[in-house]
Amino acid sequence: MPYEILKKNELGDSGTIFEMVIKTPLIAKKAYAGNFVLVRVNETGERIPLTIADYDREKGTITLVIQVVGKTTKLLCNQKVGDFILDVVGPLGNRIHVEKYEHPIVIVGGGVGIAPCYPQAKELKEVGNTIITILGARSRGLLIWKDRIKSVSDELIITTNDGSEGIKGVVTDPLKSLLKNKELSLVIAIGPLIMMKFVVQATNGSEGLPKVNTVVSLNTIMIDGTGMCGGCRFSTLDGDVKFACVDGPDVDGHMVDFDNLLKRADRFLEQEKYSLECYDEECKALEKYKTKVN
Amino acid sequence: MTNQKSSTNGIKTNNGKKKSKLKKRPHVREQDPSVRIKNFAEVSFGLTEEMVELETQRCLQCEKPFCVEGCPVNIKIPEFIKLMKEKQYKNALYKIKEDNLLPAICGRVCPQEIQCEQACILSRRGEPIAIGQLERFIADWERRNNLKECPECAAPKGIKVAIIGSGPAGLACAGALVMNGYDVTIFEAFHTAGGVLNYGIPQFRLPKEIIVSEVETLKMLNVKFEYNSIIGKTLTIEDLKDMGFKAFFIGVGAGLPILLKIPGISLIGVLSANEFLTRTNLMKAFRFPEYDTPIKIGKIVTVIGGGNTALDSARTALRLGAEKVTVVYRRTETEMPARKEEYHHALEEGIEFLFLTNPVRIIGDENDNVIKMEVIKMKLGELDDSGRRRPVKIENSEYMIDTDTIIIGIGTRANPILIKSIPELKLNKWGYIETDENSQTNIEGVYAGGDIVTGSATVITAMGAGKKAAKAINKYLS
Repeated sequence: MPYEILKKNELGDSGTIFEMVIKTPLIAKKAYAGNFVLVRVNETGERIPLTIADYDREKGTITLVIQVVGKTTKLLCNQKVGDFILDVVGPLGNRIHVEKYEHPIVIVGGGVGIAPCYPQAKELKEVGNTIITILGARSRGLLIWKDRIKSVSDELIITTNDGSEGIKGVVTDPLKSLLKNKELSLVIAIGPLIMMKFVVQATNGSEGLPKVNTVVSLNTIMIDGTGMCGGCRFSTLDGDVKFACVDGPDVDGHMVDFDNLLKRADRFLEQEKYSLECYDEECKALEKYKTKVN
Repeated sequence: MTNQKSSTNGIKTNNGKKKSKLKKRPHVREQDPSVRIKNFAEVSFGLTEEMVELETQRCLQCEKPFCVEGCPVNIKIPEFIKLMKEKQYKNALYKIKEDNLLPAICGRVCPQEIQCEQACILSRRGEPIAIGQLERFIADWERRNNLKECPECAAPKGIKVAIIGSGPAGLACAGALVMNGYDVTIFEAFHTAGGVLNYGIPQFRLPKEIIVSEVETLKMLNVKFEYNSIIGKTLTIEDLKDMGFKAFFIGVGAGLPILLKIPGISLIGVLSANEFLTRTNLMKAFRFPEYDTPIKIGKIVTVIGGGNTALDSARTALRLGAEKVTVVYRRTETEMPARKEEYHHALEEGIEFLFLTNPVRIIGDENDNVIKMEVIKMKLGELDDSGRRRPVKIENSEYMIDTDTIIIGIGTRANPILIKSIPELKLNKWGYIETDENSQTNIEGVYAGGDIVTGSATVITAMGAGKKAAKAINKYLS
């Protein structure tokens, strides 16, 4: 059962971020915020986890937002509308906990992690929560889904490293002032590990700011996504080992050993680089051949 | 009994030369260890036709064959051997497939030495009949000749049965049900069928094309396969009921790896055998970069555990280029649950074994990469629940070993995904599914078997459980 790409759009202007709408009726029927899918593009492909950024139960589709970082994401982004993805499995992981909290919820999204903030904000807002969203990107061209996120937020704050849009700085700057000035019930952080690490540092009470429960979304290296391989495991600060795929992917950020996780995330760096180089060469050779034939 | 005795006497009456010949089984040809540690091709070449001729002659054709009782799926062993002796290969194949639709797999990975072959009467006086090798020969003969032989199925009943998991239990259950005329669909979480046969067992023990071929046989009998379908996530049992399925067999295996609770377990270079083997076997990381899934292997690999998974990991590590591979096991070679044949192969390949040794902690460098492991010497104490002598620490016997990759193959637990989606399902104290003597769970129409009921066991016990459940399902639906 191959999975058809129904829509594909480039997001921002960096040429590296794409959204894809994929026909997956069974997954769309069961998907909630927090769930992810495992994708294998073709027969020789690897399995990578991607968070479900949106779902449409009627149309039977899910939306994935992908940033090109390695071979598999590049291969996926090179697929066109009408192409089929070989395997899409899900919805995996636990859906987020949804309830009406007393105080506002701050959702912090960084880079391509902004997209999965959308269903979380949407589901939490639907039950009456006040949502403050902080979106961060390196520069304006990498900022995605601004309007979509705005539609499910009561307040939207934007930061860019170079100041090309919103506040010049990083997401923790406005977060810290919110922590100082407002009573908050929950902080959610989705983005690069390093961003989540700093968000947790700001909210765990260690920097003199009030301690606020913080949920982080772990997008670790995975193979099966069903608890079978343990590749996605992370350690907690008290020495326990958990699996992102079945215990998460959204977990209590205050218990995550981020320093270890950052190292674990880089454990195939060399191979990933080599794989991308090989793919780039392959693409170049194919281009050359095409121009020759034409 | 009298019959057996007279048969044994039959041996004695043979001339001396023939008698000594009859005591020994043929020596199966294998890839040379120095060659095979550099490739992933199958270790054993199997029997030649000449060997089969000699070996089938050794079978005493016992009237009350113990070997059949020793087989978890009760293959009519003397009958198929007799047919092989008469060169009626096709009929021999039919005879096996009446009880087992996956002979190429079982011929390779069943622990025959503790099942049918252990029960073989000849093992009392010499070597038992090489039943596994004969089974394998006939299955390979089928594949080589592009045949897909199957006994006839009963007329279609038009009753839908769902099998959850395409591992050995699921495949065996599906096979037995389809032969009884049921409309069978197997739901598989991965993109390919076979379960542990695929992700767990390396190609040098069980080439992937053999699984494909056996699965093809089931497809030919109209068993349907739905891949990428995680029951409990993609679909629930309730959904399947709405789709018209009348009975269910849960054979999802015990997939969750157990990790040691020792300091340093999260260091880079420590991985579960499941991850290591899934990368290599299912995702074909040994062909990186042609296949995209990467694998990292160090120079000095240490594998913890004494089962088949541990030995498979050790031998895979060697083939991926490790310079030294050591298996650390807390008991002795006598208690090792791995197949003797695999242990023997591992020794031939130069795998080292540290028996009566247990890990204490793992030590990393400043970048959290594994550099050493502290281990402690053990001795065997009192008998434990498993009937084996419990390993006990020898105080102050700790020492360090150098290692840069540690693979943990000490067992698995029940996978929570499906179980969590059926809260009313009754589990035992270890978290496995509780079933009655008919393989039925506490929910009517829902059956279970294999590792998800018993905990980690062997391929053939899982197949036996699948077959047993199929019988019960047939009774339930009739």
